[in-house]
Amino acid sequence: MPNIPENLRYSKDHEWVEVNGDIATIGITDYAQSSLGDVVYVDLPRAGDKFDAHEAFGSVESVKAVSEVFTPVGGQVTEVNEGLNDAPETVNTDPYGSAWFIKLKMDNPGEADGLLSAEEYEEYLSSME
Amino acid sequence: MRYIPNSPEERAGMLAEIGLSEPAELFRSIPADLRLNRPLSIIGPLAETEVLSEMNAMAGRNTAVTKPSFLGGGVYAHYSPTIVDHLIQRSEFFTSYTPYQPEISQGTLQYIFEFQTLICQLTGMEVANASMYDGSTAMAEAYLMAQRVTQRNKIIVADSVHPQYRQVAETYTQHGDAEIFTARHNPKSGRLEEITGLDSETAAVVVQSPNFFGCIEDLAKISEAAHSAGAMLIVVVTEALSLGILKPPGAFGADIVVGEGQSFGIPMSFGGPHVGLFATQEKFIRQMPGRLCGIAYDKSGRRGFVLTLSTREQHIRREKATSNICTNQGLIALAATIYMETLGRKGLREVAGRNLQNAAFAIERISAIEGYSIPHKSPTFNEFVVRGPRPAAEILETLRLEFGILGGIALSDFYPDRPNDFLVCTTELNTRSQIESLGAALHQIS
Repeated sequence: MPNIPENLRYSKDHEWVEVNGDIATIGITDYAQSSLGDVVYVDLPRAGDKFDAHEAFGSVESVKAVSEVFTPVGGQVTEVNEGLNDAPETVNTDPYGSAWFIKLKMDNPGEADGLLSAEEYEEYLSSME
Repeated sequence: MRYIPNSPEERAGMLAEIGLSEPAELFRSIPADLRLNRPLSIIGPLAETEVLSEMNAMAGRNTAVTKPSFLGGGVYAHYSPTIVDHLIQRSEFFTSYTPYQPEISQGTLQYIFEFQTLICQLTGMEVANASMYDGSTAMAEAYLMAQRVTQRNKIIVADSVHPQYRQVAETYTQHGDAEIFTARHNPKSGRLEEITGLDSETAAVVVQSPNFFGCIEDLAKISEAAHSAGAMLIVVVTEALSLGILKPPGAFGADIVVGEGQSFGIPMSFGGPHVGLFATQEKFIRQMPGRLCGIAYDKSGRRGFVLTLSTREQHIRREKATSNICTNQGLIALAATIYMETLGRKGLREVAGRNLQNAAFAIERISAIEGYSIPHKSPTFNEFVVRGPRPAAEILETLRLEFGILGGIALSDFYPDRPNDFLVCTTELNTRSQIESLGAALHQIS
Protein backbone atom coordinates (compact mmCIF):
# COMPACT_ATOMS: atom_id res chain seq x y z
CA MET A 1 0.00 0.00 0.00
CA PRO A 2 1.50 3.36 -0.95
CA ASN A 3 2.31 5.88 1.71
CA ILE A 4 -0.27 8.72 1.85
CA PRO A 5 0.55 11.32 4.55
CA GLU A 6 -2.50 12.75 6.36
CA ASN A 7 -1.40 16.38 6.27
CA LEU A 8 -1.25 16.75 2.46
CA ARG A 9 -3.76 17.35 -0.32
CA TYR A 10 -3.81 15.25 -3.48
CA SER A 11 -4.79 15.47 -7.14
CA LYS A 12 -6.13 12.72 -9.40
CA ASP A 13 -2.97 13.23 -11.49
CA HIS A 14 -1.02 11.91 -8.45
CA GLU A 15 0.56 15.15 -7.29
CA TRP A 16 0.60 16.15 -3.64
CA VAL A 17 0.24 19.68 -2.30
CA GLU A 18 1.35 21.04 1.04
CA VAL A 19 -0.29 24.36 1.82
CA ASN A 20 1.46 26.95 3.94
CA GLY A 21 -0.38 30.30 3.84
CA ASP A 22 -0.57 31.19 0.16
CA ILE A 23 2.42 29.00 -0.76
CA ALA A 24 1.81 25.52 -2.16
CA THR A 25 4.64 22.97 -2.24
CA ILE A 26 4.07 20.40 -4.97
CA GLY A 27 5.52 16.96 -5.65
CA ILE A 28 4.44 13.56 -6.90
CA THR A 29 2.98 10.85 -4.70
CA ASP A 30 4.50 7.59 -3.54
CA TYR A 31 2.03 5.80 -5.80
CA ALA A 32 3.23 7.89 -8.79
CA GLN A 33 6.92 7.24 -8.17
CA SER A 34 6.41 3.50 -7.74
CA SER A 35 4.36 3.34 -10.98
CA LEU A 36 7.02 5.27 -12.88
CA GLY A 37 9.94 3.16 -11.76
CA ASP A 38 13.48 4.51 -11.41
CA VAL A 39 13.41 8.25 -12.02
CA VAL A 40 16.41 9.46 -14.03
CA TYR A 41 15.52 13.08 -14.74
CA VAL A 42 13.11 15.77 -13.64
CA ASP A 43 12.44 18.73 -15.91
CA LEU A 44 11.27 21.72 -13.90
CA PRO A 45 10.09 25.25 -14.76
CA ARG A 46 11.86 28.43 -13.63
CA ALA A 47 11.05 30.68 -10.72
CA GLY A 48 8.67 33.37 -11.98
CA ASP A 49 6.80 31.12 -14.43
CA LYS A 50 3.02 31.22 -14.10
CA PHE A 51 0.66 28.29 -14.43
CA ASP A 52 -3.08 27.81 -14.36
CA ALA A 53 -4.45 24.90 -12.39
CA HIS A 54 -4.12 21.55 -14.22
CA GLU A 55 -1.41 22.87 -16.53
CA ALA A 56 1.73 20.83 -17.25
CA PHE A 57 4.65 22.48 -15.43
CA GLY A 58 7.35 19.91 -16.06
CA SER A 59 8.04 16.26 -16.63
CA VAL A 60 9.46 13.23 -14.90
CA GLU A 61 11.55 10.82 -16.89
CA SER A 62 11.95 7.28 -15.65
CA VAL A 63 13.60 4.30 -17.25
CA LYS A 64 10.12 3.43 -18.56
CA ALA A 65 8.59 6.67 -19.79
CA VAL A 66 8.33 10.42 -19.67
CA SER A 67 5.30 11.73 -17.83
CA GLU A 68 4.11 15.27 -17.47
CA VAL A 69 3.39 16.73 -14.08
CA PHE A 70 0.50 19.12 -13.57
CA THR A 71 -0.21 21.99 -11.20
CA PRO A 72 -3.13 21.01 -8.97
CA VAL A 73 -3.58 24.76 -8.23
CA GLY A 74 -2.77 27.90 -10.23
CA GLY A 75 -0.09 30.43 -9.35
CA GLN A 76 3.43 31.69 -9.82
CA VAL A 77 6.52 29.59 -9.19
CA THR A 78 8.60 31.03 -6.33
CA GLU A 79 11.17 28.27 -6.02
CA VAL A 80 12.17 25.06 -7.79
CA ASN A 81 14.04 22.14 -6.24
CA GLU A 82 17.43 22.39 -7.95
CA GLY A 83 18.59 19.39 -5.92
CA LEU A 84 16.61 17.11 -8.25
CA ASN A 85 19.05 17.88 -11.07
CA ASP A 86 21.81 16.01 -9.29
CA ALA A 87 19.73 13.48 -7.40
CA PRO A 88 16.58 12.59 -9.39
CA GLU A 89 16.51 9.22 -7.59
CA THR A 90 15.28 10.95 -4.43
CA VAL A 91 11.88 11.09 -6.17
CA ASN A 92 11.80 7.33 -5.57
CA THR A 93 13.26 7.34 -2.07
CA ASP A 94 11.73 10.45 -0.50
CA PRO A 95 8.78 11.63 -2.63
CA TYR A 96 7.14 13.67 0.16
CA GLY A 97 10.33 15.15 1.57
CA SER A 98 13.54 16.14 -0.18
CA ALA A 99 12.02 15.40 -3.60
CA TRP A 100 9.46 18.21 -3.67
CA PHE A 101 9.29 19.76 -7.17
CA ILE A 102 8.20 23.39 -6.92
CA LYS A 103 6.80 26.01 -4.58
CA LEU A 104 3.96 28.06 -5.98
CA LYS A 105 2.42 31.31 -4.77
CA MET A 106 -1.24 30.51 -5.24
CA ASP A 107 -3.52 32.91 -7.12
CA ASN A 108 -6.40 31.67 -5.04
CA PRO A 109 -5.29 29.98 -1.78
CA GLY A 110 -8.81 28.55 -1.36
CA GLU A 111 -8.29 26.44 -4.46
CA ALA A 112 -6.36 23.79 -2.52
CA ASP A 113 -9.47 23.04 -0.43
CA GLY A 114 -11.03 21.51 -3.54
CA LEU A 115 -8.30 18.85 -3.74
CA LEU A 116 -8.55 15.33 -2.35
CA SER A 117 -7.83 14.60 1.29
CA ALA A 118 -5.54 11.69 2.17
CA GLU A 119 -8.57 9.52 2.78
CA GLU A 120 -10.21 10.50 -0.52
CA TYR A 121 -6.99 9.90 -2.42
CA GLU A 122 -6.66 6.46 -0.87
CA GLU A 123 -10.24 5.68 -1.94
CA TYR A 124 -9.45 7.00 -5.41
CA LEU A 125 -6.44 4.68 -5.65
CA SER A 126 -8.44 1.65 -4.58
CA SER A 127 -11.19 2.54 -7.07
CA MET A 128 -8.56 2.46 -9.84
CA GLU A 129 -7.59 -1.15 -9.17
CA MET B 1 3.83 -0.12 -67.66
CA ARG B 2 2.17 2.38 -65.35
CA TYR B 3 2.51 2.27 -61.61
CA ILE B 4 -0.53 4.33 -60.62
CA PRO B 5 -2.32 2.01 -58.20
CA ASN B 6 -5.85 3.36 -58.59
CA SER B 7 -8.16 3.10 -61.59
CA PRO B 8 -9.54 6.07 -63.58
CA GLU B 9 -12.94 5.38 -61.97
CA GLU B 10 -11.45 5.49 -58.47
CA ARG B 11 -9.69 8.75 -59.25
CA ALA B 12 -12.90 10.28 -60.62
CA GLY B 13 -14.66 9.13 -57.46
CA MET B 14 -12.07 10.75 -55.21
CA LEU B 15 -12.22 14.02 -57.15
CA ALA B 16 -16.03 14.03 -57.01
CA GLU B 17 -15.86 13.44 -53.26
CA ILE B 18 -13.94 16.70 -52.76
CA GLY B 19 -15.88 18.58 -55.44
CA LEU B 20 -13.29 18.73 -58.22
CA SER B 21 -13.47 17.56 -61.81
CA GLU B 22 -9.83 17.56 -62.96
CA PRO B 23 -6.65 16.47 -61.13
CA ALA B 24 -5.09 19.74 -62.35
CA GLU B 25 -7.46 21.61 -60.04
CA LEU B 26 -5.53 20.13 -57.10
CA PHE B 27 -2.72 22.49 -58.02
CA ARG B 28 -4.78 25.65 -58.31
CA SER B 29 -3.14 27.15 -55.21
CA ILE B 30 0.08 27.45 -57.26
CA PRO B 31 0.03 30.80 -59.09
CA ALA B 32 -0.67 30.35 -62.81
CA ASP B 33 2.57 31.99 -63.90
CA LEU B 34 4.56 29.40 -61.95
CA ARG B 35 2.85 26.43 -63.62
CA LEU B 36 4.44 24.77 -66.63
CA ASN B 37 1.19 24.33 -68.62
CA ARG B 38 2.84 22.09 -71.20
CA PRO B 39 4.27 18.59 -71.21
CA LEU B 40 7.91 18.25 -70.12
CA SER B 41 10.21 18.20 -73.14
CA ILE B 42 11.70 14.75 -72.80
CA ILE B 43 13.34 13.15 -75.81
CA GLY B 44 11.87 9.90 -77.10
CA PRO B 45 13.06 6.39 -76.37
CA LEU B 46 16.78 5.71 -76.96
CA ALA B 47 18.94 2.61 -77.12
CA GLU B 48 21.20 1.97 -74.12
CA THR B 49 24.30 3.06 -76.05
CA GLU B 50 22.54 6.26 -77.06
CA VAL B 51 21.53 6.95 -73.46
CA LEU B 52 25.15 6.50 -72.31
CA SER B 53 26.39 8.81 -75.00
CA GLU B 54 23.75 11.42 -74.11
CA MET B 55 24.63 11.22 -70.40
CA ASN B 56 28.36 11.45 -71.13
CA ALA B 57 27.76 14.57 -73.19
CA MET B 58 25.77 16.09 -70.31
CA ALA B 59 28.48 15.16 -67.79
CA GLY B 60 31.07 16.72 -70.10
CA ARG B 61 29.34 20.07 -69.71
CA ASN B 62 30.26 20.03 -66.00
CA THR B 63 33.59 21.78 -66.47
CA ALA B 64 33.83 22.63 -62.78
CA VAL B 65 35.40 19.25 -62.13
CA THR B 66 38.08 19.58 -64.80
CA LYS B 67 39.12 23.25 -64.52
CA PRO B 68 41.55 24.38 -61.82
CA SER B 69 39.19 25.52 -59.06
CA PHE B 70 39.71 27.88 -56.16
CA LEU B 71 36.08 27.78 -55.07
CA GLY B 72 35.32 27.31 -51.39
CA GLY B 73 32.77 29.22 -49.37
CA GLY B 74 31.21 26.29 -47.55
CA VAL B 75 31.75 23.42 -50.01
CA TYR B 76 35.29 22.18 -50.52
CA ALA B 77 37.13 20.05 -53.04
CA HIS B 78 39.07 17.47 -51.06
CA TYR B 79 40.45 14.09 -51.97
CA SER B 80 38.31 11.17 -50.85
CA PRO B 81 40.20 7.86 -50.65
CA THR B 82 38.57 5.13 -52.76
CA ILE B 83 37.95 3.04 -49.66
CA VAL B 84 35.20 5.48 -48.62
CA ASP B 85 33.09 4.95 -51.71
CA HIS B 86 33.84 1.26 -51.76
CA LEU B 87 32.79 0.57 -48.17
CA ILE B 88 29.62 2.63 -48.15
CA GLN B 89 28.37 0.62 -51.12
CA ARG B 90 28.39 -2.61 -49.16
CA SER B 91 24.89 -4.00 -48.96
CA GLU B 92 24.93 -4.00 -45.12
CA PHE B 93 24.79 -0.22 -45.29
CA PHE B 94 22.14 0.13 -47.97
CA THR B 95 19.49 1.19 -45.53
CA SER B 96 21.03 4.28 -44.08
CA TYR B 97 17.95 5.22 -42.08
CA THR B 98 18.50 4.93 -38.35
CA PRO B 99 16.10 2.09 -37.69
CA TYR B 100 13.03 2.39 -35.48
CA GLN B 101 13.89 -0.88 -33.83
CA PRO B 102 17.45 0.31 -33.59
CA GLU B 103 19.18 -2.24 -31.38
CA ILE B 104 18.79 -4.98 -33.97
CA SER B 105 21.20 -3.02 -36.20
CA GLN B 106 24.33 -3.13 -34.09
CA GLY B 107 26.60 -2.33 -37.04
CA THR B 108 24.70 0.87 -37.84
CA LEU B 109 24.71 1.93 -34.20
CA GLN B 110 28.40 1.16 -33.86
CA TYR B 111 29.42 3.44 -36.70
CA ILE B 112 27.12 6.17 -35.39
CA PHE B 113 28.82 5.81 -32.00
CA GLU B 114 32.22 6.06 -33.69
CA PHE B 115 31.06 9.10 -35.69
CA GLN B 116 29.94 10.82 -32.48
CA THR B 117 33.20 9.96 -30.75
CA LEU B 118 35.28 11.38 -33.61
CA ILE B 119 33.23 14.59 -33.76
CA CYS B 120 33.70 15.03 -30.00
CA GLN B 121 37.45 14.55 -30.34
CA LEU B 122 37.71 17.01 -33.21
CA THR B 123 35.51 19.72 -31.70
CA GLY B 124 36.74 19.28 -28.13
CA MET B 125 33.16 18.80 -26.93
CA GLU B 126 31.63 16.19 -24.60
CA VAL B 127 28.65 14.99 -26.65
CA ALA B 128 27.88 14.86 -30.36
CA ASN B 129 24.71 13.59 -31.99
CA ALA B 130 24.28 11.12 -34.84
CA SER B 131 24.37 14.03 -37.35
CA MET B 132 22.06 16.66 -38.80
CA TYR B 133 20.97 17.38 -42.37
CA ASP B 134 23.73 19.91 -43.07
CA GLY B 135 25.71 22.72 -41.49
CA SER B 136 23.14 25.45 -41.97
CA THR B 137 20.19 23.57 -40.48
CA ALA B 138 22.46 22.44 -37.64
CA MET B 139 23.14 26.13 -36.95
CA ALA B 140 19.40 26.86 -36.92
CA GLU B 141 18.88 24.02 -34.42
CA ALA B 142 21.62 25.52 -32.27
CA TYR B 143 19.67 28.80 -32.13
CA LEU B 144 16.60 26.90 -30.91
CA MET B 145 18.61 24.91 -28.39
CA ALA B 146 20.19 28.07 -26.96
CA GLN B 147 16.70 29.52 -26.53
CA ARG B 148 15.58 26.41 -24.64
CA VAL B 149 18.63 26.36 -22.39
CA THR B 150 18.77 30.06 -21.53
CA GLN B 151 15.04 30.82 -21.77
CA ARG B 152 16.09 33.90 -23.71
CA ASN B 153 15.27 34.67 -27.34
CA LYS B 154 17.88 37.09 -28.59
CA ILE B 155 20.44 35.59 -30.96
CA ILE B 156 23.43 37.67 -32.04
CA VAL B 157 25.07 36.32 -35.14
CA ALA B 158 28.27 37.73 -36.63
CA ASP B 159 27.94 38.87 -40.24
CA SER B 160 31.17 36.95 -40.87
CA VAL B 161 29.09 33.76 -40.56
CA HIS B 162 28.28 32.26 -43.97
CA PRO B 163 25.50 34.47 -45.41
CA GLN B 164 23.55 31.47 -46.71
CA TYR B 165 23.72 29.76 -43.32
CA ARG B 166 22.24 32.90 -41.80
CA GLN B 167 19.46 32.91 -44.38
CA VAL B 168 18.62 29.26 -43.72
CA ALA B 169 18.59 29.82 -39.96
CA GLU B 170 16.26 32.80 -40.37
CA THR B 171 13.87 30.78 -42.50
CA TYR B 172 14.02 27.84 -40.10
CA THR B 173 13.31 29.91 -37.02
CA GLN B 174 10.94 32.53 -38.48
CA HIS B 175 7.79 31.21 -36.79
CA GLY B 176 9.37 30.87 -33.36
CA ASP B 177 10.32 33.43 -30.74
CA ALA B 178 13.91 34.01 -31.86
CA GLU B 179 14.95 37.62 -32.37
CA ILE B 180 17.99 37.59 -34.59
CA PHE B 181 20.48 40.46 -34.56
CA THR B 182 23.58 40.80 -36.70
CA ALA B 183 26.91 42.02 -35.36
CA ARG B 184 29.23 43.59 -37.94
CA HIS B 185 32.74 42.29 -38.43
CA ASN B 186 35.69 44.62 -38.39
CA PRO B 187 36.61 45.29 -42.05
CA LYS B 188 40.34 45.61 -41.22
CA SER B 189 40.78 42.37 -39.36
CA GLY B 190 37.95 40.49 -41.07
CA ARG B 191 36.85 39.27 -37.64
CA LEU B 192 34.19 39.98 -35.07
CA GLU B 193 35.83 42.46 -32.70
CA GLU B 194 32.83 43.91 -30.94
CA ILE B 195 29.59 42.09 -30.16
CA THR B 196 27.09 44.89 -30.71
CA GLY B 197 23.89 44.44 -28.74
CA LEU B 198 25.19 41.80 -26.32
CA ASP B 199 23.19 42.05 -23.11
CA SER B 200 21.48 40.02 -20.39
CA GLU B 201 18.66 39.12 -22.80
CA THR B 202 21.04 37.40 -25.21
CA ALA B 203 20.62 33.65 -25.59
CA ALA B 204 23.63 33.08 -27.81
CA VAL B 205 26.48 34.65 -29.72
CA VAL B 206 27.09 32.88 -33.01
CA VAL B 207 30.44 32.96 -34.77
CA GLN B 208 32.02 30.93 -37.50
CA SER B 209 35.71 30.01 -37.39
CA PRO B 210 37.42 30.05 -39.80
CA ASN B 211 34.75 32.56 -40.82
CA PHE B 212 33.26 33.21 -44.24
CA PHE B 213 36.31 35.35 -45.12
CA GLY B 214 38.60 32.53 -44.08
CA CYS B 215 39.76 34.38 -40.96
CA ILE B 216 40.21 32.50 -37.71
CA GLU B 217 38.09 34.29 -35.10
CA ASP B 218 39.42 35.23 -31.67
CA LEU B 219 37.25 32.66 -29.92
CA ALA B 220 38.80 33.18 -26.49
CA LYS B 221 37.73 36.82 -26.47
CA ILE B 222 34.26 36.19 -27.89
CA SER B 223 33.70 33.30 -25.48
CA GLU B 224 34.54 35.45 -22.48
CA ALA B 225 32.27 38.28 -23.62
CA ALA B 226 29.35 35.95 -24.36
CA HIS B 227 29.64 34.10 -21.07
CA SER B 228 29.95 37.24 -19.01
CA ALA B 229 26.50 38.21 -20.33
CA GLY B 230 25.15 34.74 -19.50
CA ALA B 231 24.82 33.92 -23.20
CA MET B 232 25.89 30.70 -24.87
CA LEU B 233 28.66 30.57 -27.43
CA ILE B 234 27.75 28.79 -30.67
CA VAL B 235 30.71 28.10 -32.93
CA VAL B 236 30.03 27.23 -36.56
CA VAL B 237 32.58 25.33 -38.65
CA THR B 238 31.97 25.15 -42.40
CA GLU B 239 35.41 23.75 -43.20
CA ALA B 240 35.60 20.68 -40.97
CA LEU B 241 39.12 19.88 -42.11
CA SER B 242 40.34 22.94 -40.19
CA LEU B 243 39.60 20.94 -37.02
CA GLY B 244 42.54 18.72 -37.99
CA ILE B 245 44.98 21.49 -37.17
CA LEU B 246 43.27 24.29 -35.22
CA LYS B 247 42.67 24.36 -31.49
CA PRO B 248 39.15 22.90 -31.05
CA PRO B 249 36.24 25.25 -30.25
CA GLY B 250 35.58 23.29 -27.06
CA ALA B 251 38.94 24.46 -25.72
CA PHE B 252 37.62 28.04 -25.85
CA GLY B 253 34.48 27.17 -23.90
CA ALA B 254 32.06 26.79 -26.80
CA ASP B 255 28.66 25.62 -25.57
CA ILE B 256 27.51 24.31 -28.93
CA VAL B 257 29.62 23.50 -31.96
CA VAL B 258 27.82 22.99 -35.27
CA GLY B 259 29.25 22.48 -38.68
CA GLU B 260 29.33 20.93 -42.08
CA GLY B 261 31.10 17.59 -42.50
CA GLN B 262 31.33 17.63 -46.31
CA SER B 263 35.09 18.02 -46.22
CA PHE B 264 35.38 14.52 -44.74
CA GLY B 265 35.31 12.53 -47.95
CA ILE B 266 31.93 13.70 -49.23
CA PRO B 267 31.63 14.78 -52.89
CA MET B 268 30.62 18.38 -53.54
CA SER B 269 27.61 17.10 -55.56
CA PHE B 270 26.18 20.52 -56.42
CA GLY B 271 25.69 21.28 -52.73
CA GLY B 272 24.37 18.05 -51.21
CA PRO B 273 23.59 15.68 -49.68
CA HIS B 274 26.11 16.65 -47.05
CA VAL B 275 26.15 16.07 -43.31
CA GLY B 276 25.57 18.40 -40.36
CA LEU B 277 27.66 18.16 -37.20
CA PHE B 278 26.24 19.00 -33.78
CA ALA B 279 28.15 18.83 -30.52
CA THR B 280 27.60 20.27 -27.07
CA GLN B 281 28.50 19.90 -23.40
CA GLU B 282 27.00 17.07 -21.41
CA LYS B 283 25.07 19.36 -19.07
CA PHE B 284 22.94 20.53 -22.03
CA ILE B 285 22.34 17.05 -23.43
CA ARG B 286 18.61 16.95 -22.76
CA GLN B 287 18.08 20.05 -24.82
CA MET B 288 20.08 18.70 -27.75
CA PRO B 289 18.24 17.85 -30.98
CA GLY B 290 18.69 14.66 -32.95
CA ARG B 291 19.52 11.05 -32.33
CA LEU B 292 22.14 9.93 -29.90
CA CYS B 293 23.79 6.57 -29.79
CA GLY B 294 25.18 5.22 -26.52
CA ILE B 295 27.10 2.23 -25.30
CA ALA B 296 25.56 -0.22 -22.86
CA TYR B 297 26.44 -3.55 -21.25
CA ASP B 298 24.12 -6.46 -20.72
CA LYS B 299 23.98 -8.46 -17.48
CA SER B 300 26.84 -10.67 -18.63
CA GLY B 301 28.97 -7.60 -19.28
CA ARG B 302 28.80 -7.80 -23.07
CA ARG B 303 29.01 -4.53 -24.94
CA GLY B 304 26.14 -3.29 -27.08
CA PHE B 305 25.09 -0.06 -28.74
CA VAL B 306 21.72 1.56 -28.07
CA LEU B 307 19.85 4.70 -29.00
CA THR B 308 19.79 6.71 -25.83
CA LEU B 309 17.85 9.67 -24.43
CA SER B 310 15.20 9.11 -27.08
CA THR B 311 12.74 10.79 -24.77
CA ARG B 312 13.87 14.10 -26.31
CA GLU B 313 12.74 12.94 -29.71
CA GLN B 314 9.52 13.44 -31.60
CA HIS B 315 8.45 9.82 -31.86
CA ILE B 316 8.17 9.85 -28.06
CA ARG B 317 7.68 13.45 -26.97
CA ARG B 318 5.60 14.48 -29.97
CA GLU B 319 5.13 18.28 -30.00
CA LYS B 320 7.32 18.69 -26.89
CA ALA B 321 10.35 17.14 -28.59
CA THR B 322 13.55 19.17 -28.74
CA SER B 323 13.36 19.11 -32.53
CA ASN B 324 11.35 17.64 -35.35
CA ILE B 325 14.50 16.16 -36.87
CA CYS B 326 13.80 12.44 -36.76
CA THR B 327 16.40 10.83 -38.94
CA ASN B 328 19.89 11.95 -39.80
CA GLN B 329 22.34 11.74 -42.67
CA GLY B 330 23.19 8.13 -41.94
CA LEU B 331 24.99 7.18 -45.12
CA ILE B 332 26.93 10.45 -45.37
CA ALA B 333 27.87 10.24 -41.69
CA LEU B 334 29.15 6.74 -42.41
CA ALA B 335 31.26 8.07 -45.30
CA ALA B 336 32.65 10.80 -43.06
CA THR B 337 33.42 8.22 -40.35
CA ILE B 338 35.31 6.01 -42.80
CA TYR B 339 37.20 9.06 -44.09
CA MET B 340 38.23 10.17 -40.60
CA GLU B 341 39.22 6.66 -39.54
CA THR B 342 41.18 6.09 -42.74
CA LEU B 343 43.21 9.25 -42.30
CA GLY B 344 43.47 9.10 -38.52
CA ARG B 345 44.62 11.93 -36.31
CA LYS B 346 47.98 12.20 -38.04
CA GLY B 347 46.57 11.99 -41.55
CA LEU B 348 43.96 14.67 -40.91
CA ARG B 349 46.63 16.92 -39.52
CA GLU B 350 48.82 16.31 -42.57
CA VAL B 351 46.03 17.07 -45.06
CA ALA B 352 45.05 20.16 -43.08
CA GLY B 353 48.69 21.21 -43.05
CA ARG B 354 48.90 20.90 -46.81
CA ASN B 355 45.81 23.10 -47.19
CA LEU B 356 47.39 25.68 -44.95
CA GLN B 357 50.69 25.60 -46.86
CA ASN B 358 48.99 25.94 -50.23
CA ALA B 359 47.02 28.92 -48.98
CA ALA B 360 50.18 30.52 -47.59
CA PHE B 361 51.87 30.03 -50.95
CA ALA B 362 48.88 31.50 -52.80
CA ILE B 363 48.71 34.50 -50.44
CA GLU B 364 52.40 35.14 -51.03
CA ARG B 365 52.00 34.93 -54.81
CA ILE B 366 48.85 37.00 -55.11
CA SER B 367 49.81 39.75 -52.68
CA ALA B 368 52.98 40.35 -54.73
CA ILE B 369 50.92 41.18 -57.84
CA GLU B 370 50.52 44.85 -58.72
CA GLY B 371 46.97 46.00 -57.87
CA TYR B 372 46.11 42.99 -55.68
CA SER B 373 46.17 42.87 -51.91
CA ILE B 374 45.02 40.81 -48.92
CA PRO B 375 42.71 43.18 -47.01
CA HIS B 376 42.37 41.24 -43.74
CA LYS B 377 45.11 41.13 -41.15
CA SER B 378 44.15 37.90 -39.39
CA PRO B 379 45.37 34.33 -39.50
CA THR B 380 43.61 32.11 -42.03
CA PHE B 381 43.36 28.41 -42.83
CA ASN B 382 42.74 27.45 -46.48
CA GLU B 383 40.65 30.42 -47.58
CA PHE B 384 41.34 34.12 -47.79
CA VAL B 385 39.97 37.31 -49.33
CA VAL B 386 41.75 39.00 -52.21
CA ARG B 387 41.12 42.66 -53.12
CA GLY B 388 41.49 43.28 -56.84
CA PRO B 389 42.00 46.38 -58.95
CA ARG B 390 38.47 46.24 -60.38
CA PRO B 391 35.10 44.58 -59.67
CA ALA B 392 35.68 41.02 -58.53
CA ALA B 393 32.86 39.69 -60.70
CA GLU B 394 34.71 40.95 -63.79
CA ILE B 395 38.05 39.52 -62.68
CA LEU B 396 36.49 36.11 -62.00
CA GLU B 397 34.69 36.09 -65.34
CA THR B 398 37.90 36.87 -67.21
CA LEU B 399 39.71 34.12 -65.28
CA ARG B 400 37.01 31.64 -66.23
CA LEU B 401 36.55 32.56 -69.87
CA GLU B 402 40.09 33.47 -70.90
CA PHE B 403 42.22 31.36 -68.58
CA GLY B 404 39.93 28.44 -67.80
CA ILE B 405 40.33 28.98 -64.05
CA LEU B 406 37.53 29.08 -61.46
CA GLY B 407 39.15 31.80 -59.40
CA GLY B 408 36.81 32.12 -56.42
CA ILE B 409 33.62 33.72 -55.14
CA ALA B 410 32.83 37.43 -55.51
CA LEU B 411 31.97 38.86 -52.09
CA SER B 412 29.71 41.45 -53.72
CA ASP B 413 27.09 38.70 -54.06
CA PHE B 414 26.71 38.85 -50.27
CA TYR B 415 28.39 42.11 -49.19
CA PRO B 416 27.50 44.87 -51.69
CA ASP B 417 29.97 47.27 -50.03
CA ARG B 418 32.90 45.06 -51.07
CA PRO B 419 32.83 45.17 -54.90
CA ASN B 420 36.49 44.31 -55.54
CA ASP B 421 36.88 41.49 -53.01
CA PHE B 422 36.77 37.79 -53.76
CA LEU B 423 37.22 34.65 -51.74
CA VAL B 424 39.96 32.24 -52.81
CA CYS B 425 40.31 28.71 -51.45
CA THR B 426 43.18 26.28 -51.89
CA THR B 427 42.99 22.67 -50.78
CA GLU B 428 45.40 19.75 -51.02
CA LEU B 429 44.05 19.21 -54.54
CA ASN B 430 45.42 22.51 -55.84
CA THR B 431 48.87 21.90 -57.23
CA ARG B 432 51.68 24.39 -57.02
CA SER B 433 51.49 24.91 -60.78
CA GLN B 434 47.75 25.67 -60.55
CA ILE B 435 48.45 28.33 -57.96
CA GLU B 436 51.23 29.74 -60.13
CA SER B 437 48.83 29.82 -63.10
CA LEU B 438 46.28 31.70 -61.03
CA GLY B 439 48.95 34.23 -60.06
CA ALA B 440 50.11 34.60 -63.65
CA ALA B 441 46.54 35.10 -64.87
CA LEU B 442 45.75 37.72 -62.22
CA HIS B 443 48.96 39.48 -63.20
CA GLN B 444 47.47 39.97 -66.65
CA ILE B 445 44.11 41.20 -65.34
CA SER B 446 44.75 44.66 -63.99
